[in-house]
Amino acid sequence: MSEKLTLVSHVDAINWNRIVDDIDGEVWDRLTANFWLPEKVPLSNDVQSWATLTEDEKTLTMRVFTGLTLLDTIQGTVGAVSLIPDALTPHEEAVYTNIAFMESVHAKSYSSIFSTLASTRQIDDAFRWSTENQSLQRKADIILKYYRGDDPLKRKVASTLLESFLFYSGFYLPMYWSSHAKLTNTADLIRLIIRDEAVHGYYIGYKYQRGLEKVDDTKKQELKDYTYELLFELYENEVQYTHDLYDPVGLAEDVKKFLHYNANKALMNLGYEAMFPSSVTDVNPAILSALSPNADENHDFFSGSGSSYVIGKAVNTEDEDWDF
Amino acid sequence: MLVVYYSSGSEYTHRFAGKLRHPSLRLPLLTRSDTPIVGEPFVLITPTYGAGSNRGAVPKQVIKFLNVRGNRDNLVGVIGAGNTNFGEDYCRAAHRVADKCRVPLLYRFELLGTEDDVENVDEGLDSLCQRLRTTAT
Repeated sequence: MSEKLTLVSHVDAINWNRIVDDIDGEVWDRLTANFWLPEKVPLSNDVQSWATLTEDEKTLTMRVFTGLTLLDTIQGTVGAVSLIPDALTPHEEAVYTNIAFMESVHAKSYSSIFSTLASTRQIDDAFRWSTENQSLQRKADIILKYYRGDDPLKRKVASTLLESFLFYSGFYLPMYWSSHAKLTNTADLIRLIIRDEAVHGYYIGYKYQRGLEKVDDTKKQELKDYTYELLFELYENEVQYTHDLYDPVGLAEDVKKFLHYNANKALMNLGYEAMFPSSVTDVNPAILSALSPNADENHDFFSGSGSSYVIGKAVNTEDEDWDF
Repeated sequence: MLVVYYSSGSEYTHRFAGKLRHPSLRLPLLTRSDTPIVGEPFVLITPTYGAGSNRGAVPKQVIKFLNVRGNRDNLVGVIGAGNTNFGEDYCRAAHRVADKCRVPLLYRFELLGTEDDVENVDEGLDSLCQRLRTTAT
């Protein structure tokens, strides 16, 4: 490769007792508190459930997970690392190293799922598919192009769209299985990944907005136009990818709603307004509650309900600041 | 209806509150700053924090504000800002405050909120105002 490797030009010893941006400290704490490894999730409990899936469903599941593996690999080895040279604070650099490592954990966790559930032949077939599927390869190419480009803010846009939008054509499936009481331990693992990606998307989007404050209005407008264009380019590709994957099981239309819903959230992480109207973001309630168990509760000002929140296993908070 | 809210440096909730037709008051960013005393009925909007599965969900500045009896007595209801990606922790802070202060959880929205969210909350606050006025007379 003839590319010149860009590294941070100067490094001082990092002082965590002088934090310039409080968000760096908050996000570091959140990420480290969320740390997990796939070995802690009892994936083998899904072996029986896996056996109840049809061949088409197994193939779909394997392909979805290799697609996600590819994105996590990109984000771990290129994406998060490419953000380090443009960091505004030393603590931001440190947060990216955490993000990069965690993406590698995510990528590896799919291999844990594979080795628990599938045969070597099935695994090899799925990885071969991932290198041959055009929509998947195109998605990787688009993102990698911006990571290699020389505009640091465009890199952050590409990175946020990957974290907050591109994963969701894949995340849909384990939530779907979970809502049908299938592969529930696998779904638990995926929920840990989804939680991490939310913090990553929030943080990189936040740093993008900090960066925007330093450029003039013309550049601001250019970046906004670029964001919507890139999202649209990726969206068209995601629609094709979704049909490639989900048409055999008839779920493509339902997946697309989930894509719209998450595209809006990706834009919001970058500080922009949602693009898709509520008429096309009405995610299947079963998927939403697989994602967040109380998300489908009705709190609409008029339902007259108090808090009906059942925390379940963790009732007592450890907050010590309440005086009443 | 007065809206009192906390928003961190990322300003998500601040931007949402700014889009409402109703007046709003932002709680101070720093915990050591004095907390305001509110002498009229209000609705609270709070995001959720957390450095662990069940720790620190409610921002410290919100706790400090609600520790004042007079503020608590004027709290009519809570609105949660959050992200469903956090699973069962989605809007946990708003649920916690609603439970602890025995007020209804009126609404939840994600991140910056959509146009629909702004409209729903504006209308909800309108009707709350009316209900309060009817009760008062």
